[in-house]
Amino acid sequence: MSETRRDAVLSVRNMSMNFGGLRALSEVDFEVRKGEVVALIGPNGAGKTTFFNCITGIYAPTEGEVLATARDGKTRRINGMRTNLVCELGMARTFQNIRLFASMTALENVMIGRHCRTREGLFGAIFRGPGTRREEQEVVDKSYRLLQKVGLENVANEYASNLPYGAQRRLEIARALATEPFLLLLDEPAAGMNPQETLELKEMVIQIRHEFDVSVLLIEHDMKMVMSLSDRIYVMEYGRVIATGTPAEVSADPEVIRAYLGEESDA
Amino acid sequence: MAAESFVKNLKKSAVAALWLSFLTMPIMVIRVDTVEKTIAWRWMHLVWMLVGSFVFALAWHFLMDRRDRGGAATDANVEPTPSRFAVWLANPRVNRPLMALGLLFATAFPFLFSVYQTNILISALIYVVLGLGLNITVGLAGLLDLGYVAFYAVGAYAYALLNHHFHLGFWAVLPVGGILGAFFGILLGFPVLRLRGDYLAIVTLGFGEIVRLVLQNWDAFSFGPSGVSNIDRPGFFGITYSVDQATTYIYYLALLGVLLAIFVSGRLKDSRVGRAWLALREDEIACQAMGIDNTKAKLLAFAMGATFAGFMGVVFAAKTTYINPASFTFMESAMILAIVVLGGMGSIPGVILGAFLLMLLPEYMRAFSQYRMLLFGATMILVMVFRPQGLIRARRKIYKVNINTVDKA
Ligand SMILES: Nc1ncnc2c1ncn2[C@@H]1O[C@H](COP(=O)(O)OP(=O)(O)OP(=O)(O)O)[C@@H](O)[C@H]1O
Ligand SMILES: [Mg+2]
Repeated sequence: MSETRRDAVLSVRNMSMNFGGLRALSEVDFEVRKGEVVALIGPNGAGKTTFFNCITGIYAPTEGEVLATARDGKTRRINGMRTNLVCELGMARTFQNIRLFASMTALENVMIGRHCRTREGLFGAIFRGPGTRREEQEVVDKSYRLLQKVGLENVANEYASNLPYGAQRRLEIARALATEPFLLLLDEPAAGMNPQETLELKEMVIQIRHEFDVSVLLIEHDMKMVMSLSDRIYVMEYGRVIATGTPAEVSADPEVIRAYLGEESDA
Repeated sequence: MAAESFVKNLKKSAVAALWLSFLTMPIMVIRVDTVEKTIAWRWMHLVWMLVGSFVFALAWHFLMDRRDRGGAATDANVEPTPSRFAVWLANPRVNRPLMALGLLFATAFPFLFSVYQTNILISALIYVVLGLGLNITVGLAGLLDLGYVAFYAVGAYAYALLNHHFHLGFWAVLPVGGILGAFFGILLGFPVLRLRGDYLAIVTLGFGEIVRLVLQNWDAFSFGPSGVSNIDRPGFFGITYSVDQATTYIYYLALLGVLLAIFVSGRLKDSRVGRAWLALREDEIACQAMGIDNTKAKLLAFAMGATFAGFMGVVFAAKTTYINPASFTFMESAMILAIVVLGGMGSIPGVILGAFLLMLLPEYMRAFSQYRMLLFGATMILVMVFRPQGLIRARRKIYKVNINTVDKA
């Protein structure tokens, strides 16, 4: 379909994903450009999370191509690439059903994100020389700063499982940011948040986009947030992209109105 | 509320006691004497049974209630605030002197107690190291390894055979034992990379048995079930010494091993590598999605744990001067795992405590040796029900943030 634009950081072409007989994704074309906030919306079971899993290497897509352009300017084909390498390349995600490391502190959760950007090995850990100590301190300080960014510095030493829901979602974002991504993938970041928290989250995403110079791709059900936050929107239904465009274009699209009014009345 | 639940517990316990007494009546009360052809009715036994089971049931319900009232605190997903005792113990002003005292006592031990006691303590110390090693694989990385004793066997046989055939000394083989342990750890790690939980447990159990069976049946290599004897004791600058002195010497070696194991696993626990292991244990998918190479982390965890066992295998062979496959059965693996689980997964002081409890208590309670396994099983069940996190819960380090650099940014 469309030519890959020069400034695309992620471009997905003709991607399909089959689970046995179930076609969860069907010929999806998708693009995120540098600095954009793109939203992926659609009714429950449309295949949004599956899309995330396919582009982050958790599933290998059955067909199609996923291309990512990292900060070094090189474009690589990443389908079926190991998940940790995708992350190292610079695509970091959060999870719809929060997946924090429960028995680690909030700070440590963020520190895990620094893993792929640091090198200290077994012997460094045992002997703890000056190089190791410097690197460790850097990891701690950077992680703490990220906690400050998401407003969690006061609970840095709390265990992740003890944090309230909204804080856990923000902690996941901080953890993803720690990996220094060029593309941040957020799977329903506002789920379970109250309107006030959602508003704060929106502000935070805007701020993060500027400060960290990342593109953002988010799956979200909260229409108010999606409409006011995103530059472009993709609408998915039954594994197909049924519409794409600016918020104004998409909300006027008859297909989208049908899909949403048919399934969810609060759209 | 409390009274209400107490009455409910009373009723429940009474019913339980009645049932149990009824069910066990034929064996507890009636005694048929086939020689005299008489039947004795021992009603007193029924009373004991009733009272005993009633008290036991009541205590059980009481403890369960107390546990549940803790509510969220015992929920596996929620980290409770530490008890006041734990906080007190965590204070360096308290635990430093305690540790110094413990070390002083440990150092003086061979001069204060008999050779027999020293020998028992050597075994306990060896198990402390084994526990700390398995704690890396199971406690930190969450890889349930039921064949851990295989690495211990590898170390022991490495020394026994190299000593038998080539007269290599203890100090020459000690690093070999460690390296071979690590090698076998990776050998086991590769095929089980994709396995988790129960499946991993079964395969590692099989691995342990394979190693033991090979040692038992390959006569030409390992001398089969009869094992290897006359293994040299560790050398000490070429000086010859008596058996008693050898015990003291090996005691200090084992103590040194424990200190090293504590040091190494303590450093690892709060390092980049250790955090990766913890993340792997907590959530494998999230761990990988955050850029950690699961394969590398797993192999490293297996290798690291196995290294400890390889070293200790050499020490064990040097201590007993005689080894055979019977020392490396699944029971040993289970015992080491029990040490880790009882003590507290991932907790270094917990594992040390667990090792001493499980190794020393049976020694000093020989009177109950008939009931050893029964007590062992009952203890494990009670711990799992009331303290699933182990005797000493693992706590995470509080990292010191360098405020100056943070403010500058
Ligand atoms: N691993 C899997 N095996 C089989 N089917 C799967 C798997 N993962 C997802 N599916 C199916 O694919 C479809 C899309 O699921 P997906 O989780 O991507 O939906 P979603 O758009 O994220 O929905 P929601 O808004 O509820 O999160 C569903 O029918 C789901 O049952
Ligand atoms: Mg989803």
